[in-house]
Amino acid sequence: MAMELHKFHGGLKLETHKTITDDIVATQHPLPARIILPLRQHIGIPSEPIIKVGDHVLKGQTIARANGYVSIPLHASTSGKVIDIGDYPVPHPAELSATCIVIEPDGEDKWCDISPTHEYASVDPKKLQDVIRDCGITGLGGAGFPAHVKLNEGVRNVVDTLIINGVECEPFITCDDRLIQEKADYVVAGTQMIRHAVQAKHCVIAVEDDMPEAYEALAKLVSDDIELIKVPARYPAGSEKQLIQVITGKEVPSGGLAIQIGIVMHNVATAASVYRAVTRGEPLISRYVTITGKVEAPRNLQVLLGTPVIDCLKACGYEPNDNHCIILGGPMMGMNVTNPEIPITKTTNCILVEKKKNVTIEMPCIRCGACVDVCPIKLLPQQLYWHARSDNLEEAQRYHIFDCIECGCCSYVCPSNIPLVQYYRYAKSQIAAEERRRDGADHARARFMAHEARHDQDQQADSDDLPLLADPESDVQAKKDYIDEAVKRTRQKRGKQQTKPEDKSGK
Amino acid sequence: MVNKLDIISSPHKHDGSTVSSVMLRVCLALVPGILCYLWFFGIGIVIQCMLSIGFALIIEALMLKLRHRSLRIYLHDGSAIVTALLFALMITPFSPWWISLTGVTFGLVFAKHLYGGLGYNPFNPAVTGYIFVLLCFPVLMNHWPLPTGLFNQSNNATYTLNKIFSSAVAIPSQSVDLSIDNTTVINDVNSLSGATPLTHMQTQIQSMEMISEIKTDSMYGNFGGKGWEWISFAFLLGGIGMIWMKIISWRIPVTVLGSLFLTSMVFNFYDADIYASPFFHLFSGGTMLCAFFIATDPVTASTTPRGRIIYGCIIGLTAYVIRVWGAFPDGIAFAVLIANSLVPLIDRYTRLKVLGES
Repeated sequence: MAMELHKFHGGLKLETHKTITDDIVATQHPLPARIILPLRQHIGIPSEPIIKVGDHVLKGQTIARANGYVSIPLHASTSGKVIDIGDYPVPHPAELSATCIVIEPDGEDKWCDISPTHEYASVDPKKLQDVIRDCGITGLGGAGFPAHVKLNEGVRNVVDTLIINGVECEPFITCDDRLIQEKADYVVAGTQMIRHAVQAKHCVIAVEDDMPEAYEALAKLVSDDIELIKVPARYPAGSEKQLIQVITGKEVPSGGLAIQIGIVMHNVATAASVYRAVTRGEPLISRYVTITGKVEAPRNLQVLLGTPVIDCLKACGYEPNDNHCIILGGPMMGMNVTNPEIPITKTTNCILVEKKKNVTIEMPCIRCGACVDVCPIKLLPQQLYWHARSDNLEEAQRYHIFDCIECGCCSYVCPSNIPLVQYYRYAKSQIAAEERRRDGADHARARFMAHEARHDQDQQADSDDLPLLADPESDVQAKKDYIDEAVKRTRQKRGKQQTKPEDKSGK
Repeated sequence: MVNKLDIISSPHKHDGSTVSSVMLRVCLALVPGILCYLWFFGIGIVIQCMLSIGFALIIEALMLKLRHRSLRIYLHDGSAIVTALLFALMITPFSPWWISLTGVTFGLVFAKHLYGGLGYNPFNPAVTGYIFVLLCFPVLMNHWPLPTGLFNQSNNATYTLNKIFSSAVAIPSQSVDLSIDNTTVINDVNSLSGATPLTHMQTQIQSMEMISEIKTDSMYGNFGGKGWEWISFAFLLGGIGMIWMKIISWRIPVTVLGSLFLTSMVFNFYDADIYASPFFHLFSGGTMLCAFFIATDPVTASTTPRGRIIYGCIIGLTAYVIRVWGAFPDGIAFAVLIANSLVPLIDRYTRLKVLGES
């Protein structure tokens, strides 16, 4: 490729452990006994169920509808009976429960009526977005941002470059690698469709230089108008901001979005599911998941969404062991799971069984600066740690805590074994809580003022004995306007402070 | 902190480095310098190292006990040992044992634990301890052996031990005048001892002697002081080793040495008779030890890349100013403390521009 590549700051050269699974053909995982579908598998507002317990649903049927703009519908992964709608443990860093629709498969796996979009190239890009939204497609890279939101940004703004991200930089994970090797045609065709949907001038598919088979598979299929790029394997090259920097040399504005510099990025698996959605009308109901580490037969599985993690593990010969732990995602950014009954969701790319980390003692920070050298965002992790630890949230924000992508490079190299990322998550959640409180106070104030306004009006009415003389309507209206404006102002202020932590389609 | 960290957090892997492994590697990097020191100045340095380490461990344990910290964890971190070694390398090998005790105690108690222990001290404990004894006992601190070699009569073990442990530590009266009169070699009871080349150079220049004449003295070697230049060279090697092992970044040593070199070069170029050559400055006194092992102490140094460059330059420049125009022959220890005090300010204003920041 003629394209000149750039470097990002810091990062790590990690042992990849990808050869464990990257040359084994992915197998279709059989129907599980129970399908648990969380209403929120994406970033945004949970979907809203449109079926009742006891209903019979067909494979691909919409069972929950989008609830707002940043939301998507949810589809049944297989045909069967809805046996419950209630709280179940879901993949969550704090292992919380959330509302799920539980389906008992009938074993027939019978599809509902689906219909393709013909001749997508002549279809209005906006229409194509609706198709993608209706099929419940989110970013499959890890963050789970609803795909149509990113596509819509593309329609509203001029998109210079569309980047399809096949850079799987986290160790152990090979689900995108296998997907490309097995379904390269889907990826390339899906890329063209997304390109049409966002009307991008240039289009790039990027893979890592340690995925030669995937590269070859794509090279055979890509047309001249798509550039295929190999980027050097370095963690976290697959993170959105870093990959954009590597490919274009541009930096995504701090606290901003890629679209602001004319770039839209989607994951290869997202491209493949867009292909399915457009050519067949097939919603997103399954995905590739890498099952690897300390299991007997590590490999990739094609799994129906909602399949319990434990089922996938058992299919790969997993034996429960007290010395092992289960990690959802990769070793750098994944989350530790103690309850393997949780379901595979749209963002689950890997199940890793690993030896439990030795209990290490957190020593004081010796300010060695190893974290500064590896931070791909060029933050000062030791200063952030200092402020997060002392609950000095304002300073933490001044040091750009919301630009942290939680890649874990800093914790990885810390000689004092400080769980830095955990401190940052803590600080971020504290800041968010603070803002919610402030928000709540604003609402209370607004309510109070409205109450006062009513009270004044009543008093006036009483004293005047002529209720309509003072034209209370307009008075109340003015006050209401005033209040609304105040609320709007604080909202705006908040909006400015808030960056979008979800905007990191890293893997 | 438990409440903030009750979840097992990513990343689930670690490169295996620990504070003690870092400290251990620093100690290893000091070995070539210590061996070289031993070769030129005799067994004294080894005794001083052992004394300092012994005292340091006792004081550290005591302080940890007082602060209710786990001895098992914190005594093993090795930081006290590094402090002790650096302190031992700064004082003269003939120092009486209580110099070591005083310096190490002051450094660890006042410069380290009273500030909150490892990681929280703004000033380098070894340097603080050294400066404390330097200011309290200036005469003893200027009483150096001559680089006559390990097997020389005057540097033998009995003599050195006698010097260190004798209760009659009084230095012959001549040595007090050492820095005033121009004697470089004095008869101290039965052996030879004297000033360091840096002290000699400073006093001779102050008495209006030309450098070209001064350098004819037998204490000068090829570019620094005899013996000293090789010790410095060994520290340089150890330091490069640390950069290679990625324990320290190149920025601080390179800028300390670079700024010292450039300044001395400019003045040397201006008048070579009153301003010593840049190589003399680099290979004399504590320059190399400081540039690689003391200024780079992570806790007390700047942590931002640009900040480290500024920090290093401050040390190099201050050291030169003190050496040439100050009251002390080697100002590098003072330079480090001054730069230490500026670190919070430097760090604040040299924050990296984060990705995408306009």
